Amino acid sequence: MRAPLGWLREWTALPESMTGRELAEVLIRAGLEVETVDEAGAEITGPVVVGRVLKSVDEPQKNGKTIRWVQVDVGLQHNEPHPDYPQGCRSVVCGAHNFAAGDLVVVSLPGSVLAGGFAISARKTYGHVSDGMICAEDELGIGHDHTGIIVLPADAGLAPGDDPSGILLLRDDILDIDVSPDIGYCLSIRGLARESAQNLGLAFTDVVDRATPASKADGYPVVLDDPACPLFVALTVTGIDPARPTPRWMARRLTMAGMRSISLAVDITNYVMLETGQPLHAYDATKLAGPIRVRKATGGEQIVTLDDVTRTLHADDLLITDDSGPIGIAGVMGGATTEIDAATTDIVLEAAHFDSSSIGWTLRRHNLPSEASKRFHRGVDPDAAYAAAHRAARLLVELAGGTLSAAETVAGAVPAMPTQAIPAGLPARILGTPVSAEQVAEILRASGVVVEVSGDAFRLLPPTWRPDLRDPYDYVEEVGRKLGFDTLPAPVPRAPVGRGYTPEQRARRAINAAAVAAGFVEVLSFPFSSAEDLDRMGVAADDRRRALVRLHNPLAETQPDLRTTMLPGLFAAIARNTSRGNDDLALFEVGRVFFAGDGTAAPIPGVAGRPSADELAAIEAALPTQPRHFGAVLTGYWRRPGWQGAGIPAGWEQAFALADIVAGAVGATLERSSSDRAPWHPGRCAALTVAGEVIGHAGELHPTVCRDFGLPARTAAVELDLDALIRLAPARGSITAVSSHPVAKEDVALVVADDVPVAQVKQALSEGAGDLLESLALFDIYTGSQVPAGHRSLAFALRFRAPDRTLTDAETAAARGAAVARAAAATGAELRAF
Amino acid sequence: MALDETSIGHLVAQALDAFAAATSTAELKQARLAHIGERSALGMANREIGSLPGPERKDAGQRLGAARSQVAEAFAARQAEVERAELDRVLTEERIDVTLPVELGPQGAPHPITALMDQLSDVFVAMGWEIAEGPEAEGEWFNFDALNTGPDHPARATSDTLFVEPLDHHVVLRTQTSPVQIRALLERPLPVYIVCPGKVYRADEFDATHVPVFHQIEGLVVDKGISLAHLKGTLDHLAKSMFGEDVATRMRPHFFPFTEPSAEVDLQCFVCHGASVGDPDNPCRTCKSQGWIEWGGCGVVNPRVLAACGIDTDVYSGFAFGMGIERTLMFRNNAADMRDMVQGDVRFSRSLKGVAR
Repeated sequence: MRAPLGWLREWTALPESMTGRELAEVLIRAGLEVETVDEAGAEITGPVVVGRVLKSVDEPQKNGKTIRWVQVDVGLQHNEPHPDYPQGCRSVVCGAHNFAAGDLVVVSLPGSVLAGGFAISARKTYGHVSDGMICAEDELGIGHDHTGIIVLPADAGLAPGDDPSGILLLRDDILDIDVSPDIGYCLSIRGLARESAQNLGLAFTDVVDRATPASKADGYPVVLDDPACPLFVALTVTGIDPARPTPRWMARRLTMAGMRSISLAVDITNYVMLETGQPLHAYDATKLAGPIRVRKATGGEQIVTLDDVTRTLHADDLLITDDSGPIGIAGVMGGATTEIDAATTDIVLEAAHFDSSSIGWTLRRHNLPSEASKRFHRGVDPDAAYAAAHRAARLLVELAGGTLSAAETVAGAVPAMPTQAIPAGLPARILGTPVSAEQVAEILRASGVVVEVSGDAFRLLPPTWRPDLRDPYDYVEEVGRKLGFDTLPAPVPRAPVGRGYTPEQRARRAINAAAVAAGFVEVLSFPFSSAEDLDRMGVAADDRRRALVRLHNPLAETQPDLRTTMLPGLFAAIARNTSRGNDDLALFEVGRVFFAGDGTAAPIPGVAGRPSADELAAIEAALPTQPRHFGAVLTGYWRRPGWQGAGIPAGWEQAFALADIVAGAVGATLERSSSDRAPWHPGRCAALTVAGEVIGHAGELHPTVCRDFGLPARTAAVELDLDALIRLAPARGSITAVSSHPVAKEDVALVVADDVPVAQVKQALSEGAGDLLESLALFDIYTGSQVPAGHRSLAFALRFRAPDRTLTDAETAAARGAAVARAAAATGAELRAF
Repeated sequence: MALDETSIGHLVAQALDAFAAATSTAELKQARLAHIGERSALGMANREIGSLPGPERKDAGQRLGAARSQVAEAFAARQAEVERAELDRVLTEERIDVTLPVELGPQGAPHPITALMDQLSDVFVAMGWEIAEGPEAEGEWFNFDALNTGPDHPARATSDTLFVEPLDHHVVLRTQTSPVQIRALLERPLPVYIVCPGKVYRADEFDATHVPVFHQIEGLVVDKGISLAHLKGTLDHLAKSMFGEDVATRMRPHFFPFTEPSAEVDLQCFVCHGASVGDPDNPCRTCKSQGWIEWGGCGVVNPRVLAACGIDTDVYSGFAFGMGIERTLMFRNNAADMRDMVQGDVRFSRSLKGVAR
């Protein structure tokens, strides 16, 4: 809502010195979102004055145009001497022809600056020195008209040299307010003037100056067939002059309020709507056929609306109809068949009230926001309809020369407002500030509420323009708003002792920190995916990742599903980075993936009380399974080549190491076993197991996947089920006793077949070595002439130590021998002599 | 060999000369063998003492002992000198260019959104509150109905909310973290003091100031005697914890279905503290010279919401508030374009060093 300050002043006695910004501060404090204050006309500076045309001579030019050489009297203080005129004048070149000698016009003299920073100076043009300019509307920023210059009325008491800004409404502050859905009454000058008056303690004049009479059917016949329209006022104005222009003040205010001037009759309905908040509609009386009937549409019924669009109606749309069928979508937009036009002389004015919810649905179904529907959806004062109709009728009589018929129709009645009882102490309790019952009553009465005191309670009846005052807490808010939230104290509530982060929350933080410390950068992708992503990853038809959750209205048609794997989002991030020249990448992301559930519908229980356990369980059952996953992808160099030496390429080794680090962050130990899972390289993929359960995979990506996702060759990835990892991690660790006795070091090299995994050899050595083994590490792998083909030599460093004594050489040798023997038995390993 | 004073003095002089001439530990070792060793003249002389007659033996022994001590001391002193010189040379030779670029490994970084959410959560955990979480694909009842957002509310249109197919299964991608509040009220014993950080979804534009998938943190308190004033105190505490002791908040009345009274909360500009308002010569880019920064929404929990969770509104009342993390990051850390937050460019995440500041 754009509200010119001058218009508000008409209805509330704002101090003359008050600026738009000052009033904005007051309204912001009262809860109105004043987005900007536009200082309309403030950019126009310098001498812009009223001038009287003394003489005008048409001068045809070579370029086909005819310009006018004009002498204009701009008042003694601005005139220059001229031989023909004793009082002097200015001479200007003008391109427009819509004026004659004797007319009053607006002249901008050299030194003035017009709209858009257009500076005026004396300049040579068409063989003359033009000593200023005669202004059109657009040059003053007060309209869009550039078909001719402004001709001021002769009877406005203006003389040459006068300041025309008053009559032009040139200068005003406009408050642009984003009106929240609960205060529809502020979508009007009336409502904003009332808010301003209340918050400043000033007098307020209500433009709604008459009560709605009892229903009567003397005027145009109206039938109400649906409860969504409780009231319909119809007035008839005949004999208007369709040629009459809109007065400049009205057009200017409409422009300032953000609407265009169209024709006098339409402008009047819009002007009264902006002023009162009551949308109005003007029908050409001669185009109406039979009684106006308000009813629901029948499915499939059609209407051509004012914007010349044919719309098919829904059975819940509320319509205005006559014998010809629909003539308007109630409260949203009028129809083309009864539209007023340049020949209209007789008008039926509609001022009706419509249910906000019904309008809201229609508005959404037809995606047809209009000034009228915006107001009805937020709630209009039903008691304003009758007065607004009369205000518009009076303007049609005064400005358009019409005659108001005494026979008027008031169908239906103003709906009763709901009363509410609240404890007198409720506002003080909920606001947390001492406010007495007397203060509460006083504040609410100022807001138009009828307050009845009975003991410790109030019985409250809201005014018709406040449909938002319904629940007890609505009244609490009204009191708080009027007191000002800034007057409240600010104590911090004392929470009971808390337990801090849950173990799962701590685990997730530890994992994030570990991945970051390991050199990985966290990214946050959109969690959307598609079957095509899975195809490109080579995911099989029976893979669980195919249980995609489809969105009804996805943001992008190419990503219609929720992700079942973190990898495509990370692939996209890799591709985006490499396209930007970031080549060495180690990315990770933690987020939810979504697997389709059992396909049942979630119930929508009532809200009057707690839903039943069954209802809550049914909602849970309908939701997708949505575990948190950890994903990481790396490519390029892990360590760039540089002065320190050759680079280390990023690959499956770091992927495995990261998986170990992530698991280690929550105290879990991962086991890796060879696996073949999309999208990984079938020979370079490890299944990651904790406590016997596979929780994820890591390794180098399949070359085809790298190609299809635009990833560099040998990109590696990890994905694991974070919730499962945390669930399977040991509850708490145990500290190893540290022995201070000396260590005994033994190295062994074992020759094993190529297909024997290192983990298997290590396990056998470890089991064979027994309790004296402190640690076991692979330090070399050898293949070549020293070992048989199809075999490799694995060299391990074993460290033995006893908790309570120094080991003898014999003890160490025995343990080493047992380890080798066990490895030989389990894996066919043969001890190799160094 | 003569063990007379002259001879011994000569040997001593030879040894001292040799030590002084040695300039490395290796040369010094040679000199030691030549002049103090078993086979050196002094060493041999020592053996000869035994064969001397008594009185002579005593004198010669004293002379020789003194000479050997003198030589040994000279050797030790020279050895210390040589070692020190050698160490000095090594230390000089091993000098490095300390400005060489070094790294332990790749530079990791948390996403600034995660870092900021963690920091906000820490403030509340320190107050004894707990962190509540819930599903992102959520039942409509939790996301809307229970939050006093009825079936005809515009937010429930497909133009605003992302729905899981089919529509009549009533599952949405949560548009706010508020459904977690409902879950908390249904699951936890009263009183409840929680915050819910997390990811939310809107069918929104994707441009410099809007992302359809973003993050919020919401707080909820339900206890006996809770008022709007407590909300104000909590928001002030949060502002001070995050932005400094001299930063306050203000509440402006607003409308939300799930709170009544409702307000928008503004943060006092933590950079200019309002000094830039009306001073075009010193503009503030953090608050755009407004003095206040829109931060989030808040209010007293609508009793209809508590009723839907089976809570006695005559006894209990509560407040709730919520902020967008992306927006907070924008004004807090000068992030200019929200799209950068979801595109995964490593330069973005790495730029916010020392995330806890």
